Amino acid sequence: MKMSDIRKFRNLKAGQRFLFTGVFYTARDQAHKRLSELIREGKKLPFSLEEKIIYYCGPNPGGPDRPIGACGPTTSSRMDALTVPLLNLGLTAMVGKGRRSPAVRAAIKKNKAVYFVTYAGCGALLAERVSSCRIVCFPDLGPEAVYELTVEDFPLITSIDSRGGSIYEPTG
Amino acid sequence: MKTIKPEQIEDKVAALCAQANFRLRPDVLSALKAAAAGPVSAGSREALLAIVRNAEIARRKKLAICQDTGLPVVFAEVGLKAVIDGDFKKAVNKGIKKAYVQNMFRPSIQTDPLGRADRPGFYPGILHVELVPNDRIRLTVMPKGFGSENKAGLKMFNPTASSEELEKFILSVVKNAGPDACPPFIVGIGVGGTQDYAALMAKKALLRPVQRRSRKPAISLWEKSLLKKINKLGIGPLGLGGSPTALAVSVETAATHIAGLPLAVNVSCHALRSAEGII
Repeated sequence: MKMSDIRKFRNLKAGQRFLFTGVFYTARDQAHKRLSELIREGKKLPFSLEEKIIYYCGPNPGGPDRPIGACGPTTSSRMDALTVPLLNLGLTAMVGKGRRSPAVRAAIKKNKAVYFVTYAGCGALLAERVSSCRIVCFPDLGPEAVYELTVEDFPLITSIDSRGGSIYEPTG
Repeated sequence: MKTIKPEQIEDKVAALCAQANFRLRPDVLSALKAAAAGPVSAGSREALLAIVRNAEIARRKKLAICQDTGLPVVFAEVGLKAVIDGDFKKAVNKGIKKAYVQNMFRPSIQTDPLGRADRPGFYPGILHVELVPNDRIRLTVMPKGFGSENKAGLKMFNPTASSEELEKFILSVVKNAGPDACPPFIVGIGVGGTQDYAALMAKKALLRPVQRRSRKPAISLWEKSLLKKINKLGIGPLGLGGSPTALAVSVETAATHIAGLPLAVNVSCHALRSAEGII
């Protein structure tokens, strides 16, 4: 699937696996904290969430011969408490590893969003699927800043689909 | 008496940090390959082979095995007949920083745990020192990722607790780690000692080659039986169901008090990294 297929994500069923070519925005703990503070204060976000894919990842830096270092997913559940407002602002998909809370699952269903997992602990393999990386905002957060990644043939597994179907039992 | 310069310690720690993050431990790699060749589902095999391929790419292209290059835990056995000509702890941390900067590993260490105000950096690591009666320094570096470290558990049991009670707790820790902590796991367990010592044993148990069982026959049997029970949880490789959920269970024990039975569980993800060297 490609970026232009993002509206078709809602047709995916939990368990479906495919390769994706498109754009991810990385965001993990501290970036989520900042985004949710901005939302709470009614301020403009540094990037629009509409029809975007957030990747829970704190990558290793790239070098002269590659755009990025190891860049596998981090544990999604740590972002659970800060996820619902992002979904309500149009966030279409999240990529990470592991389970989500019942509240996140309900918000995914309500907003017709989707949650993917990818190969966890395989940061070197996934680095080969990233063709560019540029910083978007929060540079002071270092590896926790928001980066825009262009990915090619990135393996995704549909973990919670837009109808709330899930490959895992929900937590909590 | 042998004199050891801080630069030697720094260089050795740096080399071990790099080795641990680039080269998956041979014992772990062979356990993963054996699992992939075993009677597992097609989905489990695909996941296990992706993990093996990841290790090969990391080694060949000098990419970190996992983007979480961990909080480096350094175990040092320092010979009493070795004279360290400088600050040992400083040398260890300088070695960590050197490796992490040179190899473009991620700075993951927050020196302000509550305020989180600092930009993540490369050190300090965690240092455990033991004194031994020789003139060498044995260093073991374990960069511990926090996806799995977050799932550790500790419970102070009554000395009369049944083995069923202990197992129930161990299984609950593994179940809670679930798909979040990058299975298949290696499960380290420390039994006895004090609260802190049980936790240290649980972590040190992860240093044992995964194919090697305890030398104590009863403990060895318990390790095998726990592994069977954990593998019945059906969490599976990458948490996608099936088997194996764990590659090994290693239990370390120590003397404890008549009033208590501390038990700690340290879960490792499939990317169990450590490297050892001697100066």
